[in-house]
Amino acid sequence: MAGNVDALFIFLLIVSGMMTLLVFSAVVYFAARYRYRRGVPAEQIEGSIPLELTWSIIPLGVFMVIFAWGAVVYFKGRTPPRDSTEVYVVAKQWMWKLEHAEGQREINELHVPVNRDVKLIMTSQDVIHSFFVPDFRMKQDVVPGRYTVAWFRATKPGTYHLFCTQYCGTQHSSMIGSIIVMEPAQYEAWMSGGSPGPLSASGEKIFAELGCATCHRADAQGSGPSLQGIFGRPVLLADGRTVTADENYIRESILDPGSKVVSGFKPVMPTFQGLVSEEQLNALVAYVKSLSPGAEAATKTSAMAAPQSGPQARGNQVQ
Amino acid sequence: MSMATTTVQPVERENYLNKHYGVGSWLFTTDHKRIALLYLISITFFFFIGGFFALLIRLELLTPAGDLVQADTYNKLFTMHGQVMIFFFLIPSIPAVLGNFLVPMMVGAKDLAFPRINLLSWYLYIIAGIMMLHCMLTGGVDTGWTFYTPFSTAFSNTKVIEAGLAIFVSGFSSILTGLNFVVTIHRMRAPGMTWSRLPLFIWAHYATSIIQILGTPVIAITLVLVVAERALHLGIFDPKLGGDPLLFQHLFWFYSHPAVYIMILPSMGVVTEIIACFSRKRIFGYTFVALSSIAIAVFGFLVWAHHMFVAGISVYAALVFSLLSYAVAVPSAVKVFNWTATLYKGSIHYDAPMLYAFGFLGLFTMGGLTGLFLSALGVDVHVHDTYFVIAHFHYIMVGGALMGYLGGMHFWWPKISGKLYPEGWARLAALIVFIGFNLTFFPQFILGYLGMPRRYYQYPPEFQVLNVLSTAGATVLAVGYLLPMIYFLWSMRYGKPAPDNPWNAAGLEWKTSSPPPTFNFDEEPVVTWEAYNYDELDAQTNKEEVPVAR
Repeated sequence: MAGNVDALFIFLLIVSGMMTLLVFSAVVYFAARYRYRRGVPAEQIEGSIPLELTWSIIPLGVFMVIFAWGAVVYFKGRTPPRDSTEVYVVAKQWMWKLEHAEGQREINELHVPVNRDVKLIMTSQDVIHSFFVPDFRMKQDVVPGRYTVAWFRATKPGTYHLFCTQYCGTQHSSMIGSIIVMEPAQYEAWMSGGSPGPLSASGEKIFAELGCATCHRADAQGSGPSLQGIFGRPVLLADGRTVTADENYIRESILDPGSKVVSGFKPVMPTFQGLVSEEQLNALVAYVKSLSPGAEAATKTSAMAAPQSGPQARGNQVQ
Repeated sequence: MSMATTTVQPVERENYLNKHYGVGSWLFTTDHKRIALLYLISITFFFFIGGFFALLIRLELLTPAGDLVQADTYNKLFTMHGQVMIFFFLIPSIPAVLGNFLVPMMVGAKDLAFPRINLLSWYLYIIAGIMMLHCMLTGGVDTGWTFYTPFSTAFSNTKVIEAGLAIFVSGFSSILTGLNFVVTIHRMRAPGMTWSRLPLFIWAHYATSIIQILGTPVIAITLVLVVAERALHLGIFDPKLGGDPLLFQHLFWFYSHPAVYIMILPSMGVVTEIIACFSRKRIFGYTFVALSSIAIAVFGFLVWAHHMFVAGISVYAALVFSLLSYAVAVPSAVKVFNWTATLYKGSIHYDAPMLYAFGFLGLFTMGGLTGLFLSALGVDVHVHDTYFVIAHFHYIMVGGALMGYLGGMHFWWPKISGKLYPEGWARLAALIVFIGFNLTFFPQFILGYLGMPRRYYQYPPEFQVLNVLSTAGATVLAVGYLLPMIYFLWSMRYGKPAPDNPWNAAGLEWKTSSPPPTFNFDEEPVVTWEAYNYDELDAQTNKEEVPVAR
C-alpha cells in the first residue's frame, strides 16, 4: 500500500517540481532580462491562441495521467481482498475499541499478523472519527450510524501510530493508539491468550436472547426471512429494489427494520435502536455473516472456501 | 476630452475624505469609497484578532506536550482563527475594500448601483462581527470552522448557535456586495466601456460576485439547519435522530469550496492589474484570463466532494469529483502562464506592489500544484486532514489571497489616501512576508506527509523540529503584517501627497484626482481606448513628462 501511494507522490513531486521550475525560471529570467531601461519601451503582444491551447491541453493531459493513477491506487485501497482477517472497530470520544472476529478485545491497540490482509469494519458511537495509520498510508472516516470499511496489509513487524484525524472534541489529539504488527508465531501466541470465544458466538447468544430466532428461523418457516446464506447476496425488497446484504444492510435492518423490507414479508419487526450497543451489533453482524460460510472470514479456513460469485464490490461495502 | 488631471490643482482639492466631517458623515455615508474605508478598518481589526489566535496556536505547538493552554481552549483557538479569518477577513477583504472602492471607478460610474444597500452590507457585517465577538468573549466555539455534524449539533458544549448565526448574518453582507457588483458591472459602465475593455480586476470581481450570490445562500441555510437540529432536535444530520452526517458535509462544502474562489479570484484580479502596470504591457491573452475567471467560478461549484474522499462516499462519486477537480485546475494554470507571458518583453519595474505580485505568483503556483496532490485520490487518502492540507490552503488563501490583498493595498493606497507610503519599507515588508510565509507553511507540507493530523493540541515528539520552524516563521510573518499597517497609518499623516497617477497606470481610477471627489469624476468619462493601453501612456509620458489622458 505504502509503496503505491509513495510512487504516485514522487511522480507528483517530479511533475510539480518541473512546473514550478518552469514558471519560476521564466519569471526570474523575464524579470531580469526585461527590467526597465530608459528609452526601451515594452513590446505590446496581444496573446497567442496556439500558445493558450498548448498550455491548456498539455497540463490537462498531465492531470489526466495523475487522475487515472490516483484513481487506481484509491480503488485498490478501498477494496478489501476477500479472505481478509476481520476486525470490528468502534470509535468513541476518545478511544478506539477493537474486536477481533476471534473474540479478542483491545483498546487503543490492535495486534495484527504481518503479511495478512486485515479488513476493518468500523462505526462510531458518537461523532465522526477517522482511522489513520500514516505508515500504512491508510485513512477512513468512522461515521456514526453506519459501517465504513478499510483494509491494510502490514509488511514489516513493528509498532505503528494510529491517529484520529477527524476532529472529535476535547481529547481529539489523545485519541491515538498503536498498530502492533507481529510475526505469525508470536501472533498465534498472543491470540491464544484469554479469548471469550469468537465474536459470532457471542452474536449467536445475543440473537437468542433478543428472541430474533422466533421469526428468523433457519427453516424459513418464520414470519421473518431466513438468514441462512444471505450475506453477500442480492436481496429483492418489497418495493422492487435489490440491495446487497452487506454489513450496512444487516445493521440497518436491525436498527431501522421498516426501511428495506424483504419482498414477501410484512414490516412487522420492531426496531432495536437503543436496545443494542455498537459492540452487540457487531456481534450480531458477525453471527449473521457466520451463517453464510462462503463469505465468513472469521474462521481460519475461509481462504479455502469455495469461490463465491457474489455481486461486485461497491463503494465501501464489500460483498 | 478634458479630465480632472488636466486642471490645475488647488492646495487641497475637495475630495471624498474632506467633503464632510464628523462621525455621522461616515456612519451614514452612501459613498462606496467611504464604505470601503469602513470595511478596511473593520476587517483589519478582525485580521489582527485572527492573527492573534494563530500566534497562540503556533506557540502551543512549539512543544509536543499540551502546555500553554487547555485542550478545550486550543480547540476554540483554531476554530475561531478559521471562522474569523475566513468569514470576517478573507471573504470580505478584497471585494469589500478594494472592490468597493474601485469597481465603480474602474467602470466609470459615480457609485455602485445600490449605494444604500452597500451601506447595509457593511452594517450586516458589523452586526455579524459583534455577534461573533460576543460569542468569543462569552466562551467561544470549538467545532472547527467546518461545524461538522453530529459533533456541532449534539456533542459540543460551546456557543455553536451563536457562531452559526453570526456567520449566517455575515453571509447576507457578502450576498448583497456581490449583487451590487453584478448590477453595477452590467448597468453602470461608462460610454465606450465595453466588456472587452473592462479591466481584468472587474472580470475577476464579476466571477466572484456570481459565487457570492449563488453559493452563500447554501451555507446560510445549512447553518440554519445546524441551529434547528441543535436547538429543536430536528433530525437532519444526526444519525441518532434519523439524519445523515454526510449530508451536512455535502451542503457545507457546496459553499465552502467555491468560497475559496471568493477569496482567490479577486486577488487574481489585483495581481493582473499590477503585473500589467509594472511590466508596462497589455495582459497577454486578455480574453483567456477573463474567461478563466468565469470558468473557475463555474467549475468551482462542481468539485465540493473532493473534501470527502475518506468521509465514506462511494468510490464512483470520488472518481467524478477527482476528475472535475483537475478540470478546475486548468483555468488556474492558464492564468499563471498568461501572467508569466505578460512579463516577456516588458519593461519591468520592481516597486512594492510588483514585489507582492511576484510573491503571489510563487506562492499561488505552489499552492495550486499541491492541490494536484490532494485531488489525486490515492494520495489524498494519506494526506487528508493532515498538515499537508493546512499548508496547501494557507498557500492559496494566505500566500495567494493575502499577498494579492497587500499588493493591491500598496498599488491603490495613493489613490485611496492621497498619500505616498515609504517605498523602502514597503519593499522590505514584502520580502519579510514572503520569507516568513514560506518558513511558516513549507514545513507543514512535510509534517503532513509524515502523518501529523490537523487540529492536534499535542503531538508525538518526532514532529517537533518542523513545528518549531513553523512557529519561528509565524513570528517573522507577524512582523511582515504589522509593518504595512504601521507605515500606512504613518503615511496618512506624514506621507508625501500622491499625484493623481503615481504609477502612470491605465484604468479610469487613475484618471481622477487622488483622493477622488465624492462622485469619482468631475465629468462622466468616455472610453475610447482598450484596457492596458500602456504603449500609448508611455509614448505620451516620454513626450510630455506628465501623464495626461487622451
